[in-house]
Amino acid sequence: MDPVINHQLPSPATADAAIECRELSKKFGDFMAVDRISFHVQPGEIFGFLGANGAGKTTAMRMLCGLSYPSSGHATVAGFDVYREQEKIKQHIGYMSQKFSLYDDLTPLENIRFFGGVYGVAERVIKERSRELVQSLGLEKEANKLVGALPLGWKQKLAFAVALFHRPRIVFLDEPTGGVDPVTRRQFWDMIYEAAEKGVTIFVTTHYMDEAEYCDRVTIMVDGKIEALDTPVHLKHRFHCDNMDEVFYRLARTAQRSDA
Amino acid sequence: MVKPYSMKKNNLHTPPDAVPADTPIIAAHLSKSYNKGTVAALSDVSLEVKKGELFGLIGPDGAGKTTLFRILTTLLLADEGQAWVSGYDVVKNFKQIRRTVGYMPGKFSLYQDLTVQENLTFFATLFGTSVETHYELIKDIYDQIKPFSDRRAGKLSGGMKQKLALCCALIHKPAVLFLDEPTTGVDVVSRREFWEMLQQLKQQGITILVSTPYMEEAVRCDRIALIQNGRILHVDTPSRITGAFPVNLYAAKAASIYTLLKDLRSWNQVESCYAFGEWLHVTLRQDTGNGQALIREYAASRAHAQVVVQTIAPTIEDSFIRLATSNTLPYGSGH
Repeated sequence: MDPVINHQLPSPATADAAIECRELSKKFGDFMAVDRISFHVQPGEIFGFLGANGAGKTTAMRMLCGLSYPSSGHATVAGFDVYREQEKIKQHIGYMSQKFSLYDDLTPLENIRFFGGVYGVAERVIKERSRELVQSLGLEKEANKLVGALPLGWKQKLAFAVALFHRPRIVFLDEPTGGVDPVTRRQFWDMIYEAAEKGVTIFVTTHYMDEAEYCDRVTIMVDGKIEALDTPVHLKHRFHCDNMDEVFYRLARTAQRSDA
Repeated sequence: MVKPYSMKKNNLHTPPDAVPADTPIIAAHLSKSYNKGTVAALSDVSLEVKKGELFGLIGPDGAGKTTLFRILTTLLLADEGQAWVSGYDVVKNFKQIRRTVGYMPGKFSLYQDLTVQENLTFFATLFGTSVETHYELIKDIYDQIKPFSDRRAGKLSGGMKQKLALCCALIHKPAVLFLDEPTTGVDVVSRREFWEMLQQLKQQGITILVSTPYMEEAVRCDRIALIQNGRILHVDTPSRITGAFPVNLYAAKAASIYTLLKDLRSWNQVESCYAFGEWLHVTLRQDTGNGQALIREYAASRAHAQVVVQTIAPTIEDSFIRLATSNTLPYGSGH
C-alpha cells in the first residue's frame, strides 16, 4: 500500500492555536512510543485522535495534558509549553476518560464541588454554576444520590459537564462513550457540539468510527506516527472508502505493534 | 468444589426431557435483581439458541448481558425463570454444564503470572484433557500467539490476550461457547479478525452466544437479541430486524451539519433526527412518500448549502434506537 501520508497543517503556526505540536516524540528505552508527530488544532475545533491499540495515543495525550515530559520536539497547549509550564496546562484544560471520571461514592453535587475546588473555582461561583449545571442536565432528583447509582450514560454526561466546569479552553476526552447506548452516545455528542460552538477545543479519542465522522478533522496514528490527518470527507475521498471504518482499517491493518 | 449457591424450590420441578436437543440454549422468563431487589438486571428474559447458531446479544453497558451469561454458565442463580444449556438444567445439572461449555468472561480472567503455554496447560488439565487432544480446534488461533508461548499472560497486548482467552475457553472442545464482550475496547482491526475466528468456529459446529455493545457487529450473527435495561427488545435475524423498520428513513447532510441538526429538530414535521456518521438520520411525522423533497425544501428555506437528502435502508443501530425509544421518540421536535 502507498504510504499516503499527509502532515498537512491547516495554516502556519499561530500563537492562538489551541494545541501546537512539532516533531513531538517520546522514547521509552529504545522504543519510540510517539515518533515525531506534528499537528495543530484551532480553537473550537473538534479534533479526533484515532489509532489502533498501542499506536501511541495515550502517550501522546499524556504529554499534551502535562502528565509526562516529551523526549524531543516541541508542543504548546493553550499557549503553554509542555516542558516548562505543565501546571499552567493542567489549569487550562479539562480531562475526562471512560476509565476514570467521577467519584462513585460522592453525589453529583459533591463531585462538582470537589473538582471545582481542585481547579480553584471560587466557592460562590461553584454554588451558582452547580445549580445551573444540575438543572441543564435534568439531574435535580439525583443531585443528592451517589454517582455510583446513576446509569452509565448519565454519569458520562455529568463527567463531561464537570470537565468543563472550570471553563477550560481545551478538553481532552479519552474514549468518553465506550459501552454507552446509541441514544445516550448521541446526546453526549450533542454536548460536544454545543461546547465546540462556544469555542471550547475538543480533543477526542474513540473506537466508534461513526463518531470519527463527527469530528472536524481526524488523525490516525499507526506505530507511533501520524499516518493521516485531514477532514473525514477528504480522508474517505483519498482512500476511496465509503466510511471512516474502512479508512481506519486500511491504515491500521499494517500496524506492527499492539499495546502491552 | 464448593457449591456456589443453594437450590431454590421453584427451580426443582421441571423435567429435563422436555428440552429439545437441537436447542442448546434455552432461557425461559429469567429475572434477576441486585441490591435487595432495587436494581433489576434482567426482567422476564426468554430466548432460544439453535444448534450451530452464532447468536448475538446486542446492547449497551448495564443492559443485563453479563448477568444473563452468568446465569447460563451456572455462576449465578436467577430469581425467577428457568434455563437449560445443552439440555441440562442450569440449577440441577450445573456440574454437567460446566464440563460442556466454554466461557470467556468480559474481564480478562487468565493467570497473569503464568505464561501463555502454562495457562493453556492449566485449563486443559482442569477439564481433564490435554492441549494436544483438541489441538486442531485452536490451531489457527494459537499459531498467532505461539511465538509468545513463554511470555507471561499479563505482558501480552490486548489483542493477544483475547486470543489466548479464546484458546483457553476452547481447549476442552465445548459444545457451547459463551463470549461476553470479547471485542470491547479492542481496535477495529483486531475486532474484524476476532469475528473471522468466530465464523471458523461456527463451521466446526460449535454453538456460540456472543455479546457486544457495537451495533455494527450484529450483522456478523445469524440471529440477534437487542437488549436494554434488562429487557429483550427484539429477537430475529439482523436483516429481518432492519426490514421491520416501520417508516421511511432519510439521510440528510449539508455544509453545516450541526446547524442542520438543530434546524430539523425544531421543525414540527420531524419525528426524529439524530447524527449518524457524516449524515443525519431523519423520520417524519406524516410521511406520504415525498419526504425527500420536503426535507430538501425545508433545508433550502433555512438557507442551507450543499444539501443532500436520500432515502436509505435502516441499520441495526437505527432499529435499536427506534425500539429503545418507542415510547418517547428520540429528539422529537417537542411539538
